[in-house]
Amino acid sequence: MSDRRDTTRGEPFVPDPNLARFTDEPSQELMTRDVVVTGGPWPEAEDGGETMIINMGPQHPSTHGVLRVMLELDAETIVRAKAVIGYLHTGMEKTGEELTYFQGSTNVTRMDYAAPLSNELAFSMATERLLDIDVPPRATWIRMYLMELNRMASHLLWQATNGLDMGALSMIVYGWREREATLRLLEKITGLRMNNNFVRPGGVVADLHDGWEQDTLELCDTVEKGASEYDELLTGNPIWQERTVGVGVITTEQALALGVSGPILRSTGFPWDLRKAQPYLAYDELDFDVIYTANGDSYDRYRIRLNEILESVKMVRQCVEKMPPGDYRVQDAKVTPPPRARIDESMEALIHHFKLFTEGFKVPPGETYVANESPRGEIGCYLVSDGTSKPSRLHIRGPSFYNLQSMSPMMEERLIADAVAVISTIDPIMGEVDR
Amino acid sequence: MADDDAREGNHKNGATRVEEEEKNAVPPPDDEVAAAVVERFPETVFHRSHGQPVVYVDRSVWADIAAFLRDEQEFTQCIDVTAVDHLVDAVRLEVPGVVPERFEIVANYLSHPRNRRLRAICEVPAADATVPSLTPLYPGANFAEREVFDMFGITFDGHPELTRILMPDDWEGFPLRKDDSPARVPVTFKEDPGPR
Repeated sequence: MSDRRDTTRGEPFVPDPNLARFTDEPSQELMTRDVVVTGGPWPEAEDGGETMIINMGPQHPSTHGVLRVMLELDAETIVRAKAVIGYLHTGMEKTGEELTYFQGSTNVTRMDYAAPLSNELAFSMATERLLDIDVPPRATWIRMYLMELNRMASHLLWQATNGLDMGALSMIVYGWREREATLRLLEKITGLRMNNNFVRPGGVVADLHDGWEQDTLELCDTVEKGASEYDELLTGNPIWQERTVGVGVITTEQALALGVSGPILRSTGFPWDLRKAQPYLAYDELDFDVIYTANGDSYDRYRIRLNEILESVKMVRQCVEKMPPGDYRVQDAKVTPPPRARIDESMEALIHHFKLFTEGFKVPPGETYVANESPRGEIGCYLVSDGTSKPSRLHIRGPSFYNLQSMSPMMEERLIADAVAVISTIDPIMGEVDR
Repeated sequence: MADDDAREGNHKNGATRVEEEEKNAVPPPDDEVAAAVVERFPETVFHRSHGQPVVYVDRSVWADIAAFLRDEQEFTQCIDVTAVDHLVDAVRLEVPGVVPERFEIVANYLSHPRNRRLRAICEVPAADATVPSLTPLYPGANFAEREVFDMFGITFDGHPELTRILMPDDWEGFPLRKDDSPARVPVTFKEDPGPR
């Protein structure tokens, strides 16, 4: 645990030196240590007739949407906890079978609504893999730049709501302030604050606007200043530590067995990040650290997310420096709609435009699974094509869906007051859980 | 002359037959884990799908392969379990050596120590839509298998609690089956004496 550090308001936030981080290869010792996947059901609680079952949610404000948790209580202690989901199920995978690949990102972007661009990226990369097309370098870098902005916005939202859940009510104002600044920039780039529908098969919709570098650098300063304030407000705060240290502990073995990924897995001392381990886009050209901690509790998950904001700021700054020139989408008339001006003068452009927006483009039969690291963990898209312009099957592996399974081992044998901390630090987005 | 022609003809035919056999023969897996799986479970078919290693496995060894991957090949996570309904596919991907059925169960495995992935696919006929559950081996498959059951009506042998997860408990039908129409609502008209 870190000691209270003297960061004064407005000073640049120095990343926590006590956090373990790796830059290049995961250390062999960590990656190959004895990882046992325990099979079998989780331990059954004894039924003495003294327990009571209480429903928390689906309308409870701290369940992050419409999550319902069934709690078996022995006085104030949780004996068993069970997540009941499906209240936000809107059949998005079924809808995805009715939409063309061209329209598909509109649908998937609404799954994880706190990090919409990650969904679009998963879908777009899967479609591109089925089409066997390569995206131009600038499109790749714009995507990567957007992913990190997206991660910042998502983690800032989490800082705000997590503070609110724990009783640090001012955090909702501070967190929202920086998140809105991030979303304003995303709105300037993509046209929408959320559900951007900006990353599409073949590249991105538009090029970055004039002066995006200046906007981005200003945002980076704002977010760094904000993160420094959160750090000052929370990290060394004894009340905050009392509320989070040792709460909702999960071990690496449990996390791996339950399919957990993202900050929760990293909080158990397991430095797994797809951006580093299986680099996609151009992440291998960026200099960044994977942050991980050893205790697996709520406090560690807070510290990881706070420091990941700073890593994202670092990456965004590098994107500003290294952004290559060129096309922002692939110049393949079968996939990319023609420029508006060409439609007036070229018959072929008009035909391509018409075909793309009515029928869409056809994708050869095949199946693929493509994953990337969303702010919550591994988001994957399993896509099956049957040779038509609509997917035969579109499945999104939502990280929250799997992470939510870690709720029970985190909550059990803990007090009911800790249930809120556990739900909050798992960071489930119900749109993605239920799809 | 005639003999020569005949010999030549035979020779040609023979060559074609060998070529055909070579074409139909499944290439040996160029992925070490897949090779190990094929060696242990000979009925498994290896396929490389857009650069990703995929093994098509028999239903009876579905859980055995998971156990093999977990215990002997360091596959630490079962990342995802899902299913596909191929009822109305316009063109279906043909993999030599695999007898296609209506449903496919798909499991994606990830090995953190070895930093590699493997996908296992199992053909499931509609008449007997049951596969062994992976939940006893990988507890993380719990929710995913419940979702597959909920959406496709495929049951998992050995799953601790196979109930609906996303749809209401009293829902009829399996929404992601291609012959299910979830938007269909039985309409009753007040003035109508009976069904038309």
